[in-house]
Amino acid sequence: MSSQNGTLLSIKDLRTYFETEDGTVRAVDGISFDLKRGETLGIVGESGSGKSVTNLSVIRLIPSPPGKIVSGEVLFHGQDILSLPDDEVRKIRGKRISMIFQDPMTSLNPFMRISRQLMEITQLHLGHTREQAYEHAVKMLETVGIPDARSRVDAYPHEFSGGMRQRVMIAMALSCEPELLIADEPTTALDVTIQAQILELIKNLKRETGTSVILITHDLGVVAGMTDDIIVMYAGKVFEQAPTRELFERPGNPYTKGLLKSVPDPAHEEGTELYQIPGLPPDVAHLPPEQCPFAERCYRAEEICKKEFPPFVQLNEEHFSLCHFAEEVYDESRGGAQTAGSHIDPNGLPLQGGGGR
Amino acid sequence: MKFRFILRRLLVTVPMVLVVITLTWALIRLAPGNFYASERKLPPAIEKNIRAKYGLDRPWYVQYGHVMRNILSLDFGNSLKYENETVNDILRRTLPVSAAVGTCAYLLALLVGTVLGTVAALKQNSKLDYGAMGVSMLGISVPNFVLGPILVLVFSLSLYWLPPARWDGFPSWSMVLPVLTLSAIYMAYIARLTRAGMLEVLRSDYIRTARAKGLTERQVVLRHALRGGLLPVVSFTGPALALLITGTVVVERIYALPGLGTYFINANLNRDEPLILGIVAFTSVLVLVFNLLVDIAYGFIDPRIRY
Repeated sequence: MSSQNGTLLSIKDLRTYFETEDGTVRAVDGISFDLKRGETLGIVGESGSGKSVTNLSVIRLIPSPPGKIVSGEVLFHGQDILSLPDDEVRKIRGKRISMIFQDPMTSLNPFMRISRQLMEITQLHLGHTREQAYEHAVKMLETVGIPDARSRVDAYPHEFSGGMRQRVMIAMALSCEPELLIADEPTTALDVTIQAQILELIKNLKRETGTSVILITHDLGVVAGMTDDIIVMYAGKVFEQAPTRELFERPGNPYTKGLLKSVPDPAHEEGTELYQIPGLPPDVAHLPPEQCPFAERCYRAEEICKKEFPPFVQLNEEHFSLCHFAEEVYDESRGGAQTAGSHIDPNGLPLQGGGGR
Repeated sequence: MKFRFILRRLLVTVPMVLVVITLTWALIRLAPGNFYASERKLPPAIEKNIRAKYGLDRPWYVQYGHVMRNILSLDFGNSLKYENETVNDILRRTLPVSAAVGTCAYLLALLVGTVLGTVAALKQNSKLDYGAMGVSMLGISVPNFVLGPILVLVFSLSLYWLPPARWDGFPSWSMVLPVLTLSAIYMAYIARLTRAGMLEVLRSDYIRTARAKGLTERQVVLRHALRGGLLPVVSFTGPALALLITGTVVVERIYALPGLGTYFINANLNRDEPLILGIVAFTSVLVLVFNLLVDIAYGFIDPRIRY
């Protein structure tokens, strides 16, 4: 069924909990979303909002213990990954779904030559011989724009710069032409000019290969020029889900509005203090289940927000928001888009991203 | 680059050994008594003759110079106690015994320790982990001079399986108890070091990458984790050798093995100066060379290291 309507990945009511001494941390608490073939989905949220855990759950890489996927379905081509035996999941990892991680400095094995790390994956999944794998490794490094790839393929990771290492990670991730690439904050550890290069690279490779991409970031500037849809996560829940342009122009959730407002805009706000959402992300181990997790920090919060968990309101065909006042906030945003992140061009290159200070 | 590093380190070895020898020589001389003191009180004329024969009537700096000349020419002279043998003869005769026991003990410790440590790390906080770590805590806490007699009591005097004190050469059943006694503490240390190292590595980002590639857990551990996880064990090997030598002294005494350690104890009791100096010089070179080997090995294991 999935092949017909073009849905590659469908996550249904995913819950991943961590047992800690401090109690159960509901890192991901009932997430659902769909990803169509060839699309790019952005997942945005503060640190600890559960965005990485969501994606590690997809390929079952949650360290267990203490983590545990409590319930839900991860349908990949209509097949539930969570119910597959381990060796079937391993055939998907790295081959059909691959990941790029945040810190390229530590994500490559420091004791192993780049060539071996690249060869390993195609020898495993594509049955390459050593020679084939080696040639493929060189080709992949050329694809991701590493100059003089043939002479550098036998180097060790520490002989590469941060940006080059992230290119190596991308080369590794794309070696087997995966159907889904999950990029978990791929540019957070890089400086701004390199950030733009890496994002451009992912964008181009995606266009060439038709891979679907999930881009996880806490930087709204990063997703702006990259994604078709955006999911905003907070405290393990989806707070808002919308097409990228719509989300930037007409957010339907107070939290999203706060995020957009806290992106610096050097052109118009020079000299004024940058907005920040008051308070800290909640301690998800001790969150009362019957209130809105954002209530304490919300400018719009009323009595009901502390008494009842908000509904997931459908604002239009593709736009959802988790808020008691979703309709009102949505209407507010219609004319008042300039208060939000209107200075971020949803189509443009995300050079002015919030991480750039 | 590496060659120059090795050469420099080897050159440093010479003065260090000389310092060790000087200190040892000074200690022997500063301690009261001398090698003929255990005999009856000697008539002054005979004592004078003995002192003249061994050069003890000369000024101390002449004697010291003599010692240094011997050391540098690698000829320590004859033992004072075993007069028919040179120190070099004794070293040649005893070293194979100590080397066999010591090497077997360390290899056994390495094998058992790394396996135990890795398994404990992979099954962290399981019963297996607690069991392995409990045993290794015991191994560290029980000194070899306690463990030795216990093993003898059980395996020799109660079960009659193994000889309590005998040396039948290498390899032989007579080695089993000495090797076990000597290796217990290293096994324990290495198990703990491996566990700690592996736990750290298994949580690292590049292991997550390896898993995300779709490798099996076995491939992840053997190809990716073990190398980094065992680095602490490699660096422990240098100091371990020094400890191993002191351990040998005790263990050889317990099992009456004709090794370097037994002779070292006897040499000290007999105030056998040439033999003491010979063994000290030899072991200090051994320790220094081993530390150098460990540093070189480090460079091969971790490509980030530059000399």
